[in-house]
Amino acid sequence: MKIPYFPGCSLKTIGEGFEKSAIASAAILDFELEELPRWVCCGTVSSLTTDDLMHHLAPIRNLIRVEDIKETQLVTLCSVCYSTLKRSNALVKNDPEKLKTMNQFMDKENEYQGSVKVLHFLELLREMGFDKIKEKVKKPLRGLTLSPYYGCLLVRPKEFGIDNPEDPTILQELTKALGADVIDNPYQLKCCGSYHTVDKPNLVADLGYKILTYARNSGADALVLSCPLCAFNLDNRQREIKRQYPDFVEIPILYFTQLMALAFDLGEEKLGFDIHYVDPVPLLKEKQLLIDSLPLIKEK
Amino acid sequence: MSKTIRLDSTEAAKFAAKIQERSGEPIDMCFQCGECSSACPVSSDMDLMPSTLVRFTQLGLKDELINAKTIWVCASCFHCVTRCPKGIDIAKVAEALRQELLRKKLDYVEVRDLSMEERQEIPQIAIISNLRKFSR
Amino acid sequence: MAKKIGAFICQCGGNISNVVDVDKVAKALDDEDIELAEIETYLCSEPSIERMKEVIEEKGLDRLVLACCTPKMHLKKFQRVLKEAGINPALVDVINVREHCSWVHENDPEGATLKATDLVRGGIKRIEKSVPLETKEIDVTPKVLVVGGGIAGIIASLRVAENGIDCYLVEKEPSIGGHMIQYPKVFPTLDCSQCILTPKLGDVWDSSIQLSTLSEIEDISGTLGNWKVKLKQKARYIDIEKCTSCGDCARYCPVKCINEFNVDLDKRSTAYIPFLQAIPPVYTIDPEHCLYFKYGICKICQKICSADAVKLDDAVKFAEINTGAIILATGYDLYDPSVLGRYLYGKHPNVLTSLQMERMLDITGPTTSRIVRPSDGKSVKKVAFVLCAGSRNNEAGANRDEGVPYCSTVCCLYAQKQAILLRKLDIDVWIHYIDIRSPGTKYEDFYHHTQELGVNFIKGKISEIMPTPNNDGRLIVRAEDMLINRMIENEVDLVVLCPPILPSEGTEELAQKLKVPLNEYKFILESHPKLDPLATKREGIFAAGMATGPKDIQTTVSEAEGAAMKAVNFVSAKKEIEPNKAYIIPEFCNGCRECIKICPEEAITIIDEKAVINDLACTGCGLCVPICSENAIDMQSYSEEQLLAQIKGTLADSKAELKILVFVEKELVYTAADIAGVSRLIYPSSVRFIPLPSNARLKLSYILYAFANGADGVMFLEAPEEEGPVPEAHKAAEKIIEEYQEVLEDDYDLDSSRLWFSRIFVPDWRKLATVFDSFHQLIVDLGPLTDEERKELMQAWSKGKKLPQVQ
Repeated sequence: MKIPYFPGCSLKTIGEGFEKSAIASAAILDFELEELPRWVCCGTVSSLTTDDLMHHLAPIRNLIRVEDIKETQLVTLCSVCYSTLKRSNALVKNDPEKLKTMNQFMDKENEYQGSVKVLHFLELLREMGFDKIKEKVKKPLRGLTLSPYYGCLLVRPKEFGIDNPEDPTILQELTKALGADVIDNPYQLKCCGSYHTVDKPNLVADLGYKILTYARNSGADALVLSCPLCAFNLDNRQREIKRQYPDFVEIPILYFTQLMALAFDLGEEKLGFDIHYVDPVPLLKEKQLLIDSLPLIKEK
Repeated sequence: MSKTIRLDSTEAAKFAAKIQERSGEPIDMCFQCGECSSACPVSSDMDLMPSTLVRFTQLGLKDELINAKTIWVCASCFHCVTRCPKGIDIAKVAEALRQELLRKKLDYVEVRDLSMEERQEIPQIAIISNLRKFSR
Repeated sequence: MAKKIGAFICQCGGNISNVVDVDKVAKALDDEDIELAEIETYLCSEPSIERMKEVIEEKGLDRLVLACCTPKMHLKKFQRVLKEAGINPALVDVINVREHCSWVHENDPEGATLKATDLVRGGIKRIEKSVPLETKEIDVTPKVLVVGGGIAGIIASLRVAENGIDCYLVEKEPSIGGHMIQYPKVFPTLDCSQCILTPKLGDVWDSSIQLSTLSEIEDISGTLGNWKVKLKQKARYIDIEKCTSCGDCARYCPVKCINEFNVDLDKRSTAYIPFLQAIPPVYTIDPEHCLYFKYGICKICQKICSADAVKLDDAVKFAEINTGAIILATGYDLYDPSVLGRYLYGKHPNVLTSLQMERMLDITGPTTSRIVRPSDGKSVKKVAFVLCAGSRNNEAGANRDEGVPYCSTVCCLYAQKQAILLRKLDIDVWIHYIDIRSPGTKYEDFYHHTQELGVNFIKGKISEIMPTPNNDGRLIVRAEDMLINRMIENEVDLVVLCPPILPSEGTEELAQKLKVPLNEYKFILESHPKLDPLATKREGIFAAGMATGPKDIQTTVSEAEGAAMKAVNFVSAKKEIEPNKAYIIPEFCNGCRECIKICPEEAITIIDEKAVINDLACTGCGLCVPICSENAIDMQSYSEEQLLAQIKGTLADSKAELKILVFVEKELVYTAADIAGVSRLIYPSSVRFIPLPSNARLKLSYILYAFANGADGVMFLEAPEEEGPVPEAHKAAEKIIEEYQEVLEDDYDLDSSRLWFSRIFVPDWRKLATVFDSFHQLIVDLGPLTDEERKELMQAWSKGKKLPQVQ
């Protein structure tokens, strides 16, 4: 099944491994993630005031592109893109007046009809059933203990989230289906600091310290998450964390799609571990989930 | 100067009404339980607590509000939003207050403030979202 | 027999006659078919009453119209004394020409006189159509059933039994005692709860009360005052008569399971007694976990029991009892805070509910009152309390996934009680609150005392509990101190959640069986929250304690005493049925069931394809009358014949230029109009009242008939939706008039503004002047209807297929 997919900026840069592993894993599950033609930046954060429609234009433009190719769904991988697209979509779907106003700004585009549904890749997985995913696992992630991390936009605010905003389980379910163990980390919903990584890296380090330390002290080998900005803050900012908290022990960060690619045994080049700050490879080798000597499956 | 807050100030009332409208939130419903502050992961770095932000907005205390560091510390993580027992989206209130300054071109963060090193290291997603929140 | 009507007109010492020319009124009645029209100075005086009796005798009168002050003043008295003279009370009518005429039209004696004449004429026409009615009496079964054996049910049943009334007490658990027996101490006295409650349990056991534990109501039938209740009793598997409560069965039982009495803090055997003072003082076998019931093996208890009390073949039993009244004392259950994931209840062992803390503080509890961390058994140095852990959340959804909107009332105080007990063990206590609410006898003193003992109070709600990042079993409590607006952080050993109080499990199901309405939070709805808090909306069924909402033990006990007395009163006298009910004319009924759907009291049933109205349940609101397409429903005291005659009498022969007919709700709106009179409010004399239980009783045909007979405007004045005696009808009246307005405009080409609707609160009586003035002005502007228009309306009325045949 072909599904239009919205990459956004991060998946083409810091989240390369996220994209590659997602597309490859999706293929195993008979989804063809087809990059949306002529996509534009989602704007990263939604405007939260009642009187600002301008910043909803970019997300709506992307939704028009979906209608242009006669599709009704748009899948995202990045939590930030997901939330932004979904919020703008909901805004115009619930308010025909606003839809009309927005359409007046569309010079070259067709008018948006409001027919598109924005989905997160995880929702697709849940829909097909984690049992089905389990069946596709070639190399169960046995021995690997993971701490799921949701952050904010995947589950909050409630109306734009994909799971219970206070007690989500979707990452746990996926992780278990792939054969790994999960720990319960109450910090899984606490903010990573988000865009403060630009102007307040110390604050980001404070927040990351608690999330990661709890995971480490509760027996997790790594964190599993779904957002490239969280990944940057919880991975790359470990340098700042270490600087601020000398007792801090590093811990690798993995995208859920990297876990899938590992469990589906799709080869190391689909994982993009080379741009991680904390290299997960030694851990995975220790757990015998990556083996040096075996030849990697080449891309067709 | 007297520190007494004049509750008959029409200016304050106007400001309160403006923020209420711009945020679209039932600000008057706040009964100061403090749950937002407890939920907020960054309240320890704020000068005005999230609860105080709402209280001051009820009273229309413009100067205190727009000079507060708080609106630039909020990460829009929506923790307070899911917890508020009165259904107030405080992230929207903070945004409405930020816009009060940003719409007057008073940017909090500017691209030129970022060093080359930072521009290279920090991903686009962070820079764009930061500038979208903190500049015009 | 010819109807012999007498009319008496009261001067009220000038109160009436100074404005209304009573002679003129009496003279105008000459044309009416009555025996006499007399004027009296004070109609309510002894000589006048004697005079009335004389005339009744002399002229052989059988019905009377009395034009005087409001019927709320003397009607009952007139009916009583005239009954002695042989007149049926339904054949005495009072026409209010004081509060509703002379006092409000002081500026317009001529108009007032015309109006008084019309009103009296309307009264005469009405009473011609009145029929004698009798108040019925029924016997009530002199027994009371109490549901729930907690403190409320115990007190209520003891009180009922003391009054010599047969009492049944039904409890779903193996023992009575309820939640109160789980508390070690109670606020604000810090009495030992078990010490004060245990004797009451014994009293129940020793009294005439018929106790049925492990039992629930299966079904209820019968009618008001004479219910038949079917009880279902689960098997105990131990013979109550034989068990000596030696405890051998429990000691030798090999299976341990969750101990609900200690709220999962420890285990019990499947053969068990919930607590040692349990009543009945016998053991129970829990079949859910018992090896015999699961696998057919073991039977150790049976072998070991020296009294031969274990009977594993015990079965569910059913019993039917007759009762005249029911008291619901169904108590509460605690909200399950694991739903609020952020408080880590059920995820972190060191987060407890307040009920678990009660058990931990109890000397007979799972830790024999040692306070330990469940995670590792280490002793506790610091405890934080989370008040409102789910309460006072207006965002709470209907499925309660985020708590409840209301205040659970008792948490502020019981948290302080627990804090005091913890302080006595030298434990640091931090109570996080939104507001400390302590209204109640000695409660503020208690708060003061708690402070004296060094309990720390922090104003600022806790939103979440976090384990320490190094996960050492301690918990981080982070909150804003709202008094200094700074964040505070605290590492504690135990967190105690004070979750919402919910109606006990099964309350909703029971309420459905009993057809007792619940409030929006699923507690039993009181008949009136202020003035009748111990009665439910269903007559003869009462409620006490937490069944109607969170409350402390003091209030619960007071309510139990009160509910018991109400129940005793209810079953101790015959029940009077007022003759104000709706009734079915069976020949017309086509069995369509529309009336059944609309009746708010579920008073109508179908027997042999004909509707039947239960007089005991009918409140006489009138809602079913216009809904019937076959005109098969009519009402006692407000029959169609009576109303049409009164409408015609009031309007047809009137000499007034402009006439506005106002249908007024007979309790609240009527009282407001009486107050307006006493206060000498002035409004136009064009206004003429006809009282009714509710305007929802009116059919469109009456409105047409009113316009045809001379009304230029018609108004519905209705009681406020909730406050009136028949709320559903008060509510519906507005909708009904909107429909009528539409039909008038569309089908009869009549300006719909000639039909008005308004609601009047008693204290809002001044509004009457505004309403009448503006409506009067509107009608003046529209002008009177032409004779031609009236003729057409009359034709339409009499042609209307669905219109009733009046004479």
